[in-house]
Amino acid sequence: MEIKVEMIDVYIGGELFQVPKGSTIIMAMEYAGFQLKKGIGCREGYCGACATVYREKGDYKLKGGLACQTVVTDGMTIAMIPFVPAEKPLYNLNDLTPDVGTFTKLFPSVFRCVSCNTCTKACPQDIEVMDYVQALIRGDIARAADISFDCIRCGLCALRCPAEIVQYNAGILARRLYGKYLAKNSPELDERLKELEEGKFDKEIEELKKMPDDKLSEKYYSREIKIS
Amino acid sequence: MYPEYMNESIKKVEQTRPQRLELAKKHGKNVFPGMGEQERADILAKFHPDYKDDALRELRIGPNKGDKIINEVVDVMESYPRDYPETFDLNKVDMETDILIIGAGSAGLSAAIEASESDAEVLLITKLRLGDSNSMMAQGGIQAADQADDNPILHYLDVIGGGHFDNKPELVDALVMDAAPSIKWLEEMGVMFDKNEDGSMMVKSGGGTCRNRMHSTRDYTGAGICRVLRDEVYNRPEKIKCIEYSAATELILDEKGQCAGAIIYHLESKQYSIVKAKTVIIATGGFGRLHVRGFETTNHYGATADGLVMGYRAGAKMMFMDSVQYHPTGAVFPEQIVGFLCTEKIRGLGAQPVNKDGELFVYPLEPRDIEASAFIKECESNMGITTPSGLKGIWLDSPLIEELSGEGTIEKNLPAMLRQFQRFDIDIRKYPMLVFPTLHYQNGGLEIEANAETTIPGLYVAGEASGGIHGRNRLMGNSQLDIIVFGRRAGRNAAAKVKEGIKLGKLSLQHVTDYIKEVDGLEIDKKHISPIVLPDYIPDHVKAKQLSSEFQGTLF
Repeated sequence: MEIKVEMIDVYIGGELFQVPKGSTIIMAMEYAGFQLKKGIGCREGYCGACATVYREKGDYKLKGGLACQTVVTDGMTIAMIPFVPAEKPLYNLNDLTPDVGTFTKLFPSVFRCVSCNTCTKACPQDIEVMDYVQALIRGDIARAADISFDCIRCGLCALRCPAEIVQYNAGILARRLYGKYLAKNSPELDERLKELEEGKFDKEIEELKKMPDDKLSEKYYSREIKIS
Repeated sequence: MYPEYMNESIKKVEQTRPQRLELAKKHGKNVFPGMGEQERADILAKFHPDYKDDALRELRIGPNKGDKIINEVVDVMESYPRDYPETFDLNKVDMETDILIIGAGSAGLSAAIEASESDAEVLLITKLRLGDSNSMMAQGGIQAADQADDNPILHYLDVIGGGHFDNKPELVDALVMDAAPSIKWLEEMGVMFDKNEDGSMMVKSGGGTCRNRMHSTRDYTGAGICRVLRDEVYNRPEKIKCIEYSAATELILDEKGQCAGAIIYHLESKQYSIVKAKTVIIATGGFGRLHVRGFETTNHYGATADGLVMGYRAGAKMMFMDSVQYHPTGAVFPEQIVGFLCTEKIRGLGAQPVNKDGELFVYPLEPRDIEASAFIKECESNMGITTPSGLKGIWLDSPLIEELSGEGTIEKNLPAMLRQFQRFDIDIRKYPMLVFPTLHYQNGGLEIEANAETTIPGLYVAGEASGGIHGRNRLMGNSQLDIIVFGRRAGRNAAAKVKEGIKLGKLSLQHVTDYIKEVDGLEIDKKHISPIVLPDYIPDHVKAKQLSSEFQGTLF
């Protein structure tokens, strides 16, 4: 089966190009002759490097999205954002406590949230951004960490926020505080660390390292598989 | 949505699902017999892309001269440098540092954090944005033998058996013994591992593991780790200086053959800088964007083997460059995400691979090379499904996950996957995913010792750019582990070496001059230039109109 390629008009940085229908913004830009150096990364929606502003034909709204995940439409106008120069406060995680006080100190702008929900609407990951900002205001670090989990740091929330909050940097701090201070310790991990320190496995590892391939192979194929 | 003509096949998958569900309930993962040693060897020989007659060719230059390695790697090795040594005045050094780290994925970031614990000055450079890397994209997990029924000995056996017993034993030792301490290190920096109520780790199995050993941070494991490391690097500006959007294009040695820095190319201003460094850590990742054998790739835009080329040109030896890892499950539909990685965790959670008739044909969690070969075999035997653009794939029956473990399991455990397909109107809770092997990982790389150092004094390599740890086949979750283990080792050992005292002699690019002479003898087109730095996806008819020299330097 052959696909017939239908071409559509897009304006990249204001300049008109014809590109194949169904292209993502990145595919469209490359088709038009751009070799991207900034605003590009994993091309699969994981790294958040390709935040882009666009407007669709006949619409007055400026929309944001990831260039690698947004499919172009006929008459779309596109402006890529090279990077977002937002502030990141510096801290030593060891000196912090997982509570609202940390955010009052490091992210005072969080408390200026006007609950307009613009950040949530801007998020290409469909994260309830405003909800995690509100959780931070209440000092609910665990909830903020949970809600903000899928953040890929594209910066679109911060770019749209009328209260000038840098949501994504507050989000990573919440998650780090949760991971370090609020998540319960794993008893098995601590036990294994103790065993490793005592050298419990050292002798056996040394034997394995010297073992000829045929014996190693025998050991490998006869090992008991216990997975669920 | 899937095109209408696929409905018949999707119906067959739905029809066989209840039986397969019963099978899974009764036998767990053992829904199809696993392959023995001989069967594995046979299927690899017949169907794995590495074993095709024209996959490899003899390399005619450098320390591995005479070895048969992957064609596309030979191409970048048998190439001219971007700029000639006489262009640079090495007496005019632009920047000086104790430790230069090239690449800012999790290996480079871990190295930087460890090195910054010493008094050493660290300079971290990346050609893209800090942290934007293959590390960030990893989904499924990171292995560590920290459960009561598991131990580093079993982990060792899994790694070396999965690698077909070719792995360097001392590297496997380092990998498995540093695993639990690495998890602790990450957790203390605030990585949110998936846990049960009582704090115990939620662990899953992966292809080729004999125990549940896969730790995760939902299906954003790579990001869950990498973004914490990045945040930590940002927090140490007085110790770690970062330069983004700048690529290293050549290593500098001194007259005694010690590694002494690198030439840096600033992508947008197009300026070069000469960086003098007492030690250099290559953490540039792998070669996915070379599109070996025309395969689609799961890899990041920057995965162009730059570090491999620079290190090799400077005299470091490569290991296992005859082997490529194809991830069994890359998306082949929808068109916009062809090559996209569908994490092994999907099978870990119970999704089964089935053919166009909805039949099981392989144990779902064989090591990756075996599983991929089985998928290729099925498609070559006409049991696959063809997409509108002519690609072939088999079904990965994701709806089974929810039938096995309840509604909401996919949303909770595979949010990234669910979202990705929803963007293109496919609900993986209701419909299976269409997949085929995709170029995923560079199994080999520059040879290192357990301290992460190469044969060139002062040159360290960590992460996918290194070779020897995984032999000719890496298991899921061991790359996330190796970038942390060897990233930290490289950072620590480079810092210790700096502390011992390093006296650099006169800076030199003689190795590049010598290399050019060898390339001259091969009658290579002068347009073949490496490192590639960034891939080029501009179509030929457009490129034909681009008359400036800016686009030279890529092989495509």
